[in-house]
Amino acid sequence: MTENMIEAEGLTKRFGTTQALAGFDLAAPAGSILGVLGPNGAGKTTAVRILATLALPDAGRALVAGYDVVRDPAAVRRNIGFTAQDATLDETLTGRQNLRMVGELSRMRRGDARMRAEELLRTFELTDAAGRVLRGYSGGMRRRLDLAASLMTRPPVLFLDEPTTGLDPTSRHRVWSVLRGLVDDGVTVVLTTQYLDEADQLADRIVVVDHGRVIAEGTPTELKRVTGGARLEGTLSSPNAAALDALRPLVEGPVQVSEDGRRLRAPVRSTAGLLTRVVRALDEAGVDLEDVAVHQPSLDDVFMRLTGTAPVAPAETPAGTAEEPARELQEVNR
Amino acid sequence: MIDALPMVHVAGPPMPARVAGALRDVYVVTRRNLIHITREPMQLGDVTIQPVLFTLLFVYVFGSGIPVPGGTYASFAIAGLLLLNLTTSSMGTAVGLTVDLGTGIIDRFRTLPMWPAAVLVGRSITDLLAATLCTLIVAGSGLVVGWRPQTGIGQLIAGFGVALFFAYALSWLAGCVGLWAKGVETAQSFGFLVLFPISFVSNALVPTRGMPDWLRTIADWNPVSAVTAACRELWGNPNPSALSSAWSMQHPVWTALAWSIAILVVCLPLASMLYRRRTTG
Repeated sequence: MTENMIEAEGLTKRFGTTQALAGFDLAAPAGSILGVLGPNGAGKTTAVRILATLALPDAGRALVAGYDVVRDPAAVRRNIGFTAQDATLDETLTGRQNLRMVGELSRMRRGDARMRAEELLRTFELTDAAGRVLRGYSGGMRRRLDLAASLMTRPPVLFLDEPTTGLDPTSRHRVWSVLRGLVDDGVTVVLTTQYLDEADQLADRIVVVDHGRVIAEGTPTELKRVTGGARLEGTLSSPNAAALDALRPLVEGPVQVSEDGRRLRAPVRSTAGLLTRVVRALDEAGVDLEDVAVHQPSLDDVFMRLTGTAPVAPAETPAGTAEEPARELQEVNR
Repeated sequence: MIDALPMVHVAGPPMPARVAGALRDVYVVTRRNLIHITREPMQLGDVTIQPVLFTLLFVYVFGSGIPVPGGTYASFAIAGLLLLNLTTSSMGTAVGLTVDLGTGIIDRFRTLPMWPAAVLVGRSITDLLAATLCTLIVAGSGLVVGWRPQTGIGQLIAGFGVALFFAYALSWLAGCVGLWAKGVETAQSFGFLVLFPISFVSNALVPTRGMPDWLRTIADWNPVSAVTAACRELWGNPNPSALSSAWSMQHPVWTALAWSIAILVVCLPLASMLYRRRTTG
């Protein structure tokens, strides 16, 4: 068995005139969660579909659980679970019938498939709805059942294409905790997401994808370091030039001032007592503050800096902090 | 929790287990299709209500105006009505596959370690079961309007067998159309543009001797005519086509079997090729 459960090298894929993948590389060690992050149309879904044997690459090579996805798709399929972006279950069957069918078609014994189905229905709190036909399911219930279906055989490798898109916060957290449990048991998960907090919360490593290739890779912490650390943001009651002089010794770079002269922003090294010193210095300079805070870098900052596009903010968290135009692309060495 | 580490499944199962597994996949897919039917029983309208309706319409409306040498119109028409119903209802295969391909369920199937062709074979078995039901209903309504088989039980069953074998072959042809069609409408229009003409330009509902020569030649070599004539011969019903000099009408049972086998030989590989092409991104 290879050390990496999933390995892809130089995958390319073209649909008509669209180059969906342009030399895509990826590696995921066993028992880890790899987050694949990128804007819409970056190639995330295409990459996952190739790894799950649903699409063939034009060039490149990929191994899943040690098997080549092109030459030995049957062996790959014995070892994976897959949840697509759109529900891939039978609308006319009940939840329970769907899970059993998936189990039986995965060559589980009938009794095992039954037991496993009940277990998963409980895990995803779908037992009450299990006897109902899928047409009556809400979007969130469908996503959960879809995920349950991919877990029927306890596959060592799991591909999830935006598994929590459209889920309410409670369902999202339930899915997250199930995924964490799976990884504790040694399952390798590749998950695509547009939600930065999801990648931040779950992923051991993240690859950032844009225009069909990986433009950055690392742990969430490493990626956040790309943005160059924390920043101080403050709002003054009225414009005051003395504020700049007072701040200069405390910050790590130039202080940016907004057009109305009231909002200030500067890179800082986040240390204990920094905020107290800032407030005291401004107070001594006679500056009246409306608010001030030190912001830790978020993956949103990383994302914007690397791709030049704003990420999608998840529904339940407030939209990202002040929009900042992207500067030059910064490559992370792998 | 080392012992809980998920196992990578190394080798595929040995050959006998693989065949058994494939058969089980077909069973599971067929059962799924049958569950669909129980949820929407009107799917079976073309093999339950339609045969009764056609029998009554043709026997009482057309039958009164079409003289059949050597017997009543009812005893002549039931074999033809069976073929008319079986042929037109094979359109259901095309529609069923097109519908399946339009939903995400095929993606799910394709990531499972199942036999990929089970989707197609399961569909064809489902349609064979529907065709069997259709046959029973045609026979039942035939008995009511005065159709009587004149031979033994063995030959009666042989006639049904020839007809169902043809229906099975036809479901693979319809399957190819369903796999090729982009939408349900295309699949349905196949029924009207191909299956209806095939059913009617034949000896199924009228004796062919009144047709112009060129049309009669087409009718004589039409597989629907061969299967119909085979049933009439096997059931001892009036079979005016026996007077035709065409080889196909002199040997209708062999012609019917040959047509069915030929359709299967072409359509089985074609369907699996179309399926692969359709589902490989």
